[in-house]
Amino acid sequence: MIGRTCLVVGRRVSGPGLRFSSSGGEIKKEECERTKSSLLTKQASLYVHWPYCLRRCSYCNFNKYIPRENNHHAMTECLQREAVHLLQLSQVSSITSVFFGGGTPSLANPSTIGAILETVSGQVDFSDRAEVTLEVNPTPEGMSKLEDYCRAGVNRFSIGVQSLQDDDLRVLGRDHSSHQALQTIEEAQRLCPGRVSVDVIFGRPGQRVDSWEKELSEVLKVCDDHVSLYQLTLERGTQLFKQVQRGEVTVPADDVTAEMFQSARRTFLKSGFVQYEVSNFARNNAVSHHNLSYWKGRQYIGVGPGAHGRFVPFGEGGVAREARTQTLEPDLWMREVRQKGHGTRRRIQLSHLELLEEVLVMGMRLTEGINHKHWELFSPQLGLRDIFGTSADVQDLLRNGRLILDDRGLRSSWDGLALLDSILPALLVELETQIVQKLQRDLTQETSSQR
Amino acid sequence: MSLLSVFSPLLRRVSQFKTHRRKIHSYGLSYSVLRHCWAKRTPVFSSSCRTIRTQTDKESIDLSAFPPERIRNFCIIAHIDHGKSTLADRLLEMTGAIAKNEKNKQVLDKLQVERERGITVKAQTASLFYSHQGEQYLLNLIDTPGHVDFSYEVSRSISACQGVLLIVDANQGIQAQTVANFYLAFEAQLSIIPVINKIDLKNADPERVESQIEKVFDIPSEECIRISAKLGTNVERVLQAVVDRIPPPVAKIDDPFTALVFDSDFDHYRGVVANIAVFGGQVRKGDKVVSAHLGKTYDVNELGLLRPNEHPTQKLFAGQVGYIVAGMKDVKEAQIGDTLYLQKQPVEALPGFKPAKPMVFAGMYPMDQSEYPGLRSAIERLTLNDSSVTVQKDSSLALGAGWRLGFLGLLHMEVFNQRLEQEYNASVIVTAPTVPYKAVLSSTKLIKEHGSEEITVVNPAQFPDRSVVSAYLEPMVLGTILAPDAYTGKIMSICANRRAVQKNMVYIDDQRVMMKYLFPLNEIVVDFYDLLKSMSSGYASFDYENAGYQAADLIKMDILLNGRPVEELTTIVHRERAYASGKAMCERLKDSIPRQMFEIAVQAAIGSKILARETIKAYRKNVLAKCYGGDITRKMKLLKKQAEGKKKMRRIGNVDVPKDAFIDVLKRKDK
Repeated sequence: MIGRTCLVVGRRVSGPGLRFSSSGGEIKKEECERTKSSLLTKQASLYVHWPYCLRRCSYCNFNKYIPRENNHHAMTECLQREAVHLLQLSQVSSITSVFFGGGTPSLANPSTIGAILETVSGQVDFSDRAEVTLEVNPTPEGMSKLEDYCRAGVNRFSIGVQSLQDDDLRVLGRDHSSHQALQTIEEAQRLCPGRVSVDVIFGRPGQRVDSWEKELSEVLKVCDDHVSLYQLTLERGTQLFKQVQRGEVTVPADDVTAEMFQSARRTFLKSGFVQYEVSNFARNNAVSHHNLSYWKGRQYIGVGPGAHGRFVPFGEGGVAREARTQTLEPDLWMREVRQKGHGTRRRIQLSHLELLEEVLVMGMRLTEGINHKHWELFSPQLGLRDIFGTSADVQDLLRNGRLILDDRGLRSSWDGLALLDSILPALLVELETQIVQKLQRDLTQETSSQR
Repeated sequence: MSLLSVFSPLLRRVSQFKTHRRKIHSYGLSYSVLRHCWAKRTPVFSSSCRTIRTQTDKESIDLSAFPPERIRNFCIIAHIDHGKSTLADRLLEMTGAIAKNEKNKQVLDKLQVERERGITVKAQTASLFYSHQGEQYLLNLIDTPGHVDFSYEVSRSISACQGVLLIVDANQGIQAQTVANFYLAFEAQLSIIPVINKIDLKNADPERVESQIEKVFDIPSEECIRISAKLGTNVERVLQAVVDRIPPPVAKIDDPFTALVFDSDFDHYRGVVANIAVFGGQVRKGDKVVSAHLGKTYDVNELGLLRPNEHPTQKLFAGQVGYIVAGMKDVKEAQIGDTLYLQKQPVEALPGFKPAKPMVFAGMYPMDQSEYPGLRSAIERLTLNDSSVTVQKDSSLALGAGWRLGFLGLLHMEVFNQRLEQEYNASVIVTAPTVPYKAVLSSTKLIKEHGSEEITVVNPAQFPDRSVVSAYLEPMVLGTILAPDAYTGKIMSICANRRAVQKNMVYIDDQRVMMKYLFPLNEIVVDFYDLLKSMSSGYASFDYENAGYQAADLIKMDILLNGRPVEELTTIVHRERAYASGKAMCERLKDSIPRQMFEIAVQAAIGSKILARETIKAYRKNVLAKCYGGDITRKMKLLKKQAEGKKKMRRIGNVDVPKDAFIDVLKRKDK
């Protein structure tokens, strides 16, 4: 995966969520709430997975395949077919954003991208101002197609730069040079000014805090208005993992990567960037609308091998949101799409509690956290204060300044955000406790009212 | 007669035998010879055959034909693996108690743990019929555990015997348990027949072993019998020696019935099965007997010999050893060492045994509290057959409800655990073993409260403060170590590290040294034996016997997490050892408590004095880098697992401690 970031649509295009909510200025509050919650199921974003790569990066365990032959045509056809099927199944009336991820989607023909976007337009409302992001591998080949992608409907690029050090790019197994990356950023900015994101990885083998800070300032010189910053994670089964296990390569210690993260946060802040999510920084409000919809717990439809989705399958009488995963292996997936119209391999209905857990975990990644109104959309009966207001664990976190619960809502502090994964288990325990207690109270009331 | 290969002819044959036997019986001929032939022919049907045989034997033995002078009661004692159970197998085969069969391996070791470890845990009795110089003898063999942890079994068995076979491996020579077992028998004034086993081995050196025996036990080498139990070489001579060299029991058939309960077993259908040695008179089915201990009267429902399976008879006579079922429903009713007599003829109780005192304690907790009831019933059932284990309810804030069990020694504890796991399929957390300390109280008020000046402290939470105590006492053991002299230096140094005091040291031959040390029991309960074994490449053997209590400078050590004491980790230690054990505990905790959002100080303290400290550094960053639509499922799974784990964690101040951390620190280290 090159990186899936998005950036703000700025003044030119207002985000879809924004458009809808601002449309009812005169409408009474109650009605407005109903509209908002019905929008939860009437809208979705769309993720399209292109599974192929030319080579395997040493750190990547993502779902990708080195193609044996050129089957772009067949793949295009199947992606279209599955998109139609799932859009109909979800019965959404509009798609608010599209994201082409992978794999290496910049290996796909621009015509493939165009065909899929047309398919979407043919099925549902799909504003031509909606955010359409494509992940780009910054090779000369990828760069040469950027203009054609724009013509096909792409209006945002996320570029997998990863590092500006050529030695490190080699260790990571990337097939581009830092020079090529700079050229690609330039070209993308020319085509989509203010709508280009750059992915950077830190915590790389042999990296030091001072060299990282130097590299960061270089990134800041060349980047557009959005940067995604990822700490390298050693995934089991990758080549890098084995090298580290064998002691051939060493990655920086926890304390060092923590310092790299904190240093980057400070640097971005100084340069006018807002850290709006754990790993995402934007200036001029150039946030990724597509990714924001994940963090805000909205519906999304995943098309392509191994893609994930979260939506209510109204088309077959579903009433609850489902977690869906498509078949991983491209050839198998294609066969299934041809046979049944889709390659959905796993469907798990989310309970009310599970939905709230996802909303909580994803929402807390945002620096603005979860506001009361937003939470109410998913949990009309139990507010954030009802759930977290009394817990001793949460009180501890509030007291030592890791967490904030106020009139705006629930969010992590600056310090807390870096420790989110230590905070979330406590929040999840409390959420479950409160939801279960509420269920029991409702049950007792029901039985007593029946009497 | 040829081997019977189909079932119906076998049955016919059985009935033929029945009549045949009775006839033979009336001529007073030997059973053993007949049974031997019979068994030999039907190895294929050995299991079905055994039941049938028991039936055919019923009411066929007239035990009145065996007055005390025709009875010999003996046991076999030996160091582990010196061949005690193999010799027992041969003796059983030669006297026809069991079929001669390749599969007869440690027939008396019935438990899985006994077979796996090659040790005997539970004493077993087998009555053998043996013909010697035209006379028929009843030989009662009591197979005993070899390890001194089980010496309560050994001493009980010894009390029913007049002689012992002391087995020594012809290759390994005298080992620590040989010595310990010898003294048990010697002190009980039993006749000792030294038997040198495994003379068939390539490296066997029976001359050397004979001279060791002469040197250490003062038994002339001519008295040793050289055998190979495996091949059966000279085993006949052992049987002859039993008759010739062991005196018959002193018991009069005309006396009132008096019997010693020396062991008991529990059967779910019949209740207690008590093993008794008849010291006088006779008892028959239907008699009313009284337990001297409880004063309760019981009807004798069943009695008989153990061969080694139960073999019902009509009567048991003075000098004989057998079993009795008398409607005792609770294993506590059959107190080991109790005396049974006839209701109509009361007698004075025989001197009993001191009840075995637990010397090693360990907490046992279910892995999950939902398994508590299952574990409880498993422990209950197991203690029915092993009354030497003491059970006390206990609970730990970290590990939940459980028990504190007292064992006679380390092996006893291990065997108990293994039986829990194997026979009852129960998985348990076992905490590191501790020993019972004593405190001599100085405060009159406390003495009144406890009803005695001296109290035993098993749980560190109940350790009395120094201000109310005039002395603390710790249990001591006298350890015997036998090893090749090349290891002497190393052994002396590890013993010194364990606060041991050397009592003596002798060469038992030109290469092997026997050393005696007085150890604090606490110093050997955890890993001493393993250390000794590994530093001597397995050549050193070790055994110990209890040696009372000695004053010791004991202190209570607390473990603190960010200044808060962790109750379940409080331990009693000797002042000299406090630093080392405190440091070790801090290190283990550091490795098993996960990093948290703040720094954690792990400290060992005595009162307000900090002995050792480890620091668990705070997380500075703990957050997943990428979390988009395709990552949610995996991330949720991980977080939910952590949330579930968090629910089970124990909170000490602000520190979450997973149960695993307690287990890591408290449990015995795996070997």
